[in-house]
Amino acid sequence: MSVLVYAEHDNANLKAATLNVVAAAQKIGGEITILVAGAGCGAVAQQAAKVAGIAKVLVADNAAYAHQLAENVSALVAEVGKGYKHILAAATTTGKNFLPRTAALLDVQMISEISGVVNATTFQRPIYAGNAIATVESTQAINVLTVRGTAFDPAAAEGGSAAIENLSVAKDAGLSSFVGEEIAKNDRPELTAAKIVISGGRGMQNGDNFSLLYKVADKLGAAVGASRAAVDAGFVPNDMQVGQTGKIVAPELYVAVGISGAIQHLAGMKDSKVIVAINKDEEAPIFQVADYGLVADLFQAVPELEKLI
Amino acid sequence: MKVLVAVKRVVDANVKVRVAANNSGVDLTNVKMAMNPFCEIAVEEAVRLKEKGVATEIIVVAVGPKEAQEQIRTALALGADRGILVEAADAQPLAIAKILKAIVDQEKPGLVIMGKQTIDGDNNQTGQMLAALTGMGQGTFASAVNVADGKVKVTREIDGGLQTVELGLPALVTTDLRLNEPRYASLPNIMKAKKKPLDIKTPADFGVDVTPRVKTLKVEAPAARKAGIKVKTVEELVAKLKNEAKVIQ
Repeated sequence: MSVLVYAEHDNANLKAATLNVVAAAQKIGGEITILVAGAGCGAVAQQAAKVAGIAKVLVADNAAYAHQLAENVSALVAEVGKGYKHILAAATTTGKNFLPRTAALLDVQMISEISGVVNATTFQRPIYAGNAIATVESTQAINVLTVRGTAFDPAAAEGGSAAIENLSVAKDAGLSSFVGEEIAKNDRPELTAAKIVISGGRGMQNGDNFSLLYKVADKLGAAVGASRAAVDAGFVPNDMQVGQTGKIVAPELYVAVGISGAIQHLAGMKDSKVIVAINKDEEAPIFQVADYGLVADLFQAVPELEKLI
Repeated sequence: MKVLVAVKRVVDANVKVRVAANNSGVDLTNVKMAMNPFCEIAVEEAVRLKEKGVATEIIVVAVGPKEAQEQIRTALALGADRGILVEAADAQPLAIAKILKAIVDQEKPGLVIMGKQTIDGDNNQTGQMLAALTGMGQGTFASAVNVADGKVKVTREIDGGLQTVELGLPALVTTDLRLNEPRYASLPNIMKAKKKPLDIKTPADFGVDVTPRVKTLKVEAPAARKAGIKVKTVEELVAKLKNEAKVIQ
């Protein structure tokens, strides 16, 4: 039994999502190896080696992996992963991009976004926007899985001292090149890791009004999200979208402001511990999942909330 | 340049599905079916490429039950030129990718466009797998696609923001929500679509085994949330969050 975990990182820091994947790997059982693929990613390898319960860290440090291009990374993981029973990555846009490609290279039917490990060959995963949970079994020689981070409590980031081994495998498929990126910068916590998330929907009316939410978020140390409607309307960028096809969050507290609660939005937040809905339409479906519902005009309620917390 | 678009017949996005009483799956009896929303965006993008003169022919493929002819006809009404239905209900992504690979080998499209995921299985795999099997570069979760000089630039929606990659053609693109807003089919185009060619095939025609590799043991409804309460004021809300839920201080 051996599990290969693909590290999510930005060449400088190991992303917290990796710790949730390690937790899923621990439930599967067996020796866990973390693979760090990047360029100038030595610091990430050091951090990965400290994660509790890790046997070994493999590092593929090459320009071909600098931007996590799927064509290159998938070939690397397919080659390295051949010797393992399980290959796991986070169900982030990085993992979702390259891991199905790896699975096809290995002729494996992948299992996406597992939310539970029953045993080493049986897993649970949400289907139909989380309106059903499937229990699936795979007896393939290798199981290739992405992991829904919110479903697994993170493994400890410290306490381990795994050996680091360098790989000299350079896989440049020559099929794609990186042109550029626009990464949103803000000082608030990451949506998927925040303890409190406050999200706005179409009811916010425009992007400027999101400042009302930012003020509350900054007082609470919260992240700010949005519904698809708010992103489609151009109020806020895509990286803020919470839902079936956006980010999946499960914070201690989720505050939905001016969000009606379409099935697709609920799919992204209904595992939150406490849900608050503020909406002037008392028939809005969001109230069906809210622990605390407030039927009110958000333009009065949100500034009042900011004063009272 | 030929453009190949893959579409899937799925439950309509507005339907709230129920788990079947025997836990074998979800109950789709008398439920409205439609083209997967991401596939609609893929068809629209192909049609726009044809309108720009980049694409010369649009071939739409579905792997699904015989009723999926309806979704192919919809794509033909939106502007695709001909359709191929491969009759195989409940094929898994790897098998679908293998069938599509065989069709790519026959048709030799310059670009393959498909949805990033279907809203039934939520797998988000088939495009990437097809790219692997055909050796194409992949631009997944696309919010902008620009074809020029034998290359395609794809802007991708990623967790941190946007990333742009350049791929040599032939290449594969999977669509995200904001790539375009699909049009509606006009009545004359719906009538015309009925006369467009539609080939019916089976997986065996392409030598693909669609036996499931992953077995579904059971399907259950998710744990229901306890009914909540309505609060009357913001003050009451804050008091509940501090003293009852204890999620803020």
